[in-house]
Amino acid sequence: MSLSRNILIGGLLCLIVVSTALLSFVWTPYDITTMDIPNKLQTPSATHWFGTDHFGRDIFSMIMVGARTSLAVALVAVGIGMGLGVPLGLWAAARQGGWADELIMRGNDLIFAFPSLVIAILITAILGPGALNAILAIGIFNVPVFARLTRAGALPLWQRDFILAARVAGKSRALISVEHILPNVANLLIVQGTIQFSLGILAEAGLSYVGLGAQPPTPSWGRMLADAQTMVSFAPHLALIPGLAIISAVLGLNLLGDGLRDWLDPKIRVVRT
Amino acid sequence: MLRYTLKRALSLGLSLIVASLVIFFVIEVVPGDPASFMLGLNAQPDTIAALRAELGLDVPKFERYLTWVGGMLQGDFGLSYTYRTPVTEMIGDRIWVSLPLALYALTLSTLIAFPAGIYAAARRGKAGDMAVMGATQFGIAVPNFWFAMMLVLIFAINLRWFSAGGFVGWDKGFGAAMHSLTLPAIALALPQSAILARVMRSALLDVLGEDFMRTARAKGLSRRQALLRHGLRNAMIPVLTIIGMQFSFLLAGAIIIEQVFFLPGLGRLIFQSISARDLIVVESVVMLLVFLVILVTFLVDLAYAAIDPRLRART
Amino acid sequence: MMQNTSRLALLASTALLALPLQAQAEQSDITVALQLEPPHLDPTSAAAGAIDSVLYANVFEGLTRFASDGAVIPGLSKSWDISEDGLTYTFMLNEGVTFHDGSTMDAEDVKFSLDRARGEDSANAQKALFAGITDVTVLDPLTVQVTLEAPNGSFLFNMAWGDAVIVAPESVANIKTAPIGTGAFKFENWVQGDQITLSRNEAYWGTPAALTDVTFKFISDPTAAFAAMMAEDIDAFVGFPTPEALPQFEADPRFQVIIGSSEGETILSTNNMMPPLDDRRVRKAIAHAIDRSAIIDGAMFGLGTPIGTHFAPHNPDYVDLTGLSQYDPELSKKLLAEAGFADGFTTTLKLPPPSYARRGGEIIAAQLRAVGIETEISNLEWAQWLEQVFRGKDYGLTIVSHTEPFDIGIYARPDYYFQYNNPQFQQIMDTLNRATLPAERKALLKVAQTIIAEDYVNGYLFQLAFHTVAKAGVEGLWENAPTQATDLTAVRWSD
Repeated sequence: MSLSRNILIGGLLCLIVVSTALLSFVWTPYDITTMDIPNKLQTPSATHWFGTDHFGRDIFSMIMVGARTSLAVALVAVGIGMGLGVPLGLWAAARQGGWADELIMRGNDLIFAFPSLVIAILITAILGPGALNAILAIGIFNVPVFARLTRAGALPLWQRDFILAARVAGKSRALISVEHILPNVANLLIVQGTIQFSLGILAEAGLSYVGLGAQPPTPSWGRMLADAQTMVSFAPHLALIPGLAIISAVLGLNLLGDGLRDWLDPKIRVVRT
Repeated sequence: MLRYTLKRALSLGLSLIVASLVIFFVIEVVPGDPASFMLGLNAQPDTIAALRAELGLDVPKFERYLTWVGGMLQGDFGLSYTYRTPVTEMIGDRIWVSLPLALYALTLSTLIAFPAGIYAAARRGKAGDMAVMGATQFGIAVPNFWFAMMLVLIFAINLRWFSAGGFVGWDKGFGAAMHSLTLPAIALALPQSAILARVMRSALLDVLGEDFMRTARAKGLSRRQALLRHGLRNAMIPVLTIIGMQFSFLLAGAIIIEQVFFLPGLGRLIFQSISARDLIVVESVVMLLVFLVILVTFLVDLAYAAIDPRLRART
Repeated sequence: MMQNTSRLALLASTALLALPLQAQAEQSDITVALQLEPPHLDPTSAAAGAIDSVLYANVFEGLTRFASDGAVIPGLSKSWDISEDGLTYTFMLNEGVTFHDGSTMDAEDVKFSLDRARGEDSANAQKALFAGITDVTVLDPLTVQVTLEAPNGSFLFNMAWGDAVIVAPESVANIKTAPIGTGAFKFENWVQGDQITLSRNEAYWGTPAALTDVTFKFISDPTAAFAAMMAEDIDAFVGFPTPEALPQFEADPRFQVIIGSSEGETILSTNNMMPPLDDRRVRKAIAHAIDRSAIIDGAMFGLGTPIGTHFAPHNPDYVDLTGLSQYDPELSKKLLAEAGFADGFTTTLKLPPPSYARRGGEIIAAQLRAVGIETEISNLEWAQWLEQVFRGKDYGLTIVSHTEPFDIGIYARPDYYFQYNNPQFQQIMDTLNRATLPAERKALLKVAQTIIAEDYVNGYLFQLAFHTVAKAGVEGLWENAPTQATDLTAVRWSD
């Protein structure tokens, strides 16, 4: 029962976030680039559902457009991380102790050893701030996360009987990795993928917050928070609303991922019934 | 184990060499000149050239790299361009903020996450599990800098239980120093503990399906006993991985939190130095952080091998 | 848990009760926060205003100095004679002046300081201040004579700058970390990234300071600035970064808010060499597309004085030329059409970190879009801004506040980053530099201000306000910022 509730709540939240992001392409209540300074810092009302910001722009409209910035950056960044990290992790586990393993893991350690935010700041110092560079900075640091996790999950599997059986049957290590190892680490990857996706949204918010993400006038939740921070004591809605937007997007994705995980994993079902 | 350790130590050394090259040359590419930053808007070109010479910036890059690495081997990172003080001293001052903060946050995070994760795994599917998992979902979803803003608003500005930021210094006593690190440590720890608790739980649940756990249950151990005696040890691999990751995050990734609480830590030093193009400080601090992280990874690897002898069997 | 909470609350309330008592017990120390930390402590080899913010008047003094209203008054030199031809200045030094290390300050130190600043290998950021000096001669230990190449109406003004303070040859080697001056406060300690402490100079030659200990704290984050002040972790914040938070402090009896003027002309700097901005009609169109009151309201929450040229409104020689660039989007569109840009054009808008630039930039971008000019905004750090905009001149538009006092002379430098080259203006500046009669100078300045306003060299936005928040009991802080300084020599706690 509870499983479907996770999926339901999470799915609903995700649906809201994704559909708002999509809707913003065709419609927003107000134009987000139009300023109306005499009507700045209004609290939520019937005309402005989430109030207005320090330039008198409609916050609801900005949240809508901000959603697509967040989702796009996080999605691509996780894509980069999984696309590169998982194969590397599988390869390393398959050749455990060999040169490939050693090289991949040391390479991973090396990237991983670099403080991500510092590198992100450096990247923008070299290439200039912007959404694309934010994706790059977040994506790079997803690679070692997935590689290490995949390897850590795969290593014990290589000692298991069914893998030994497959090897005796003459299957190549690569084939075994794809056919047998990957499905068995999928749970771990879904859980971690969920966390990384949410972290991607959070990281995007963090980078935008320090001014390194999407540049104005493109709205982003993180920059809305940054703009709000000096006004939080007298206009708390400026900080609360983008904060809650981030929390609901991340929460929705995590609940959905959690629900899917329980639903996907047959082993767990068997135990329960 | 000795051979394994030696091999790891060798790759540690190699990693450090590669890291130092990458750091130095990547950072040297950064556009911007410390001399013109220091001299500002009205400076004349010859003044800037004079200052560049004084700072030793007219020496070829590779030569500077060798001087830098050579100095580091003796624990000397050189002189800061802007402050003209030894970088080693600056790092020495700052690390006594960043390191305790990271350890404080990690301790808080572990203290929350371990019991929560174990409890949730033991009560899997029951109300307790759901409550813990629900709470972790929120913990993960909250941006730490937003959480920090809220903590300052509530506990510093409104309730005034804590100072809004700043670090009093260790000379004011352990209690006072820890007090001033408490809000930042909480802001850092909560999201981390939520992640850690989830990893702990899922690692334990994965282990539950293993053969040796069934054996343990068959021997008559209760679910909880089996979990604590056999499951925990085997679940430590992914958990240690995450703790290792979190340590590095906490040490360097506290930049934003250090900024919010204006703590004079390493993260803020990097941020300031990048802004001022005090590249030698950036290089040195990044190198130090990378060194610490590589060292921690090395230790975690050794710990893996100690927990699970199979991992070193082949080497 | 409950018990703990109430104990904490109790602790907090007793701390509150104790505060007024402490203030009554003649508090003699102060913690002043500033936004920027100095890179080092030598005011004579960096432009960083943060150095002067800590050291000017407190630790270091020059021959002359700025008073809080911007007037130039005697400093280490108690009086001076100017020769008929305006070429020779004879400075009479105060007696009994010593450096903080105990050594005597005399004419030799003055000669050393001026020669060091104007020398070949000088790293002085404002070398131009000393450019006209041909000779510095020591007449006796308390008299020094400076000879100029040509008469210079602003020489005494130049000598009041923080870049012209007097240093000693014995201590100059370590000045960047251990500054030794003649001021009412001695440098004590610097915790980099955090604070600088000063203590009262008991052997000060002039009126001793009321405060015994001074701590400068550096808080760059605006949120942290607000929080630290609200929580009373600091006694004053000089140059408080966020105008939007001021009403809250004003409404709180624990605090006072001091709003004055600064020397910061905030302008939309324009690359006068980059097409289409090299066309006066286009620049004029931009000027008319800008609504200053919306910018002051939206970016500065109403604080700031509109300006129509590059001159400070509180200066007696200021001419109000805002009428030349009234907000008139229709006229702006017409001008663009005349210049051949009926459909508008696209340019870059590069913004440095301060909020006047970041927020002002967003507003200006919206206002320019309304007349058809698209801007690509990029937010830069200072180092990037200096590299790309200031040195590289790779920009269309940027916003910056020019905080040096009396800096209209930059328009006479064709290589300056906005690349304005007008021989007529250069001629006038040249005449002005030689002019010493006040009436003549006033007339020349009026012409100079009008030329740059009519050429629409830059978009002239507003004069930056200078705001300080302090605890209610703090007295004697400067209201205005005629130069970057936090003069604490006259600051005391009221009874």
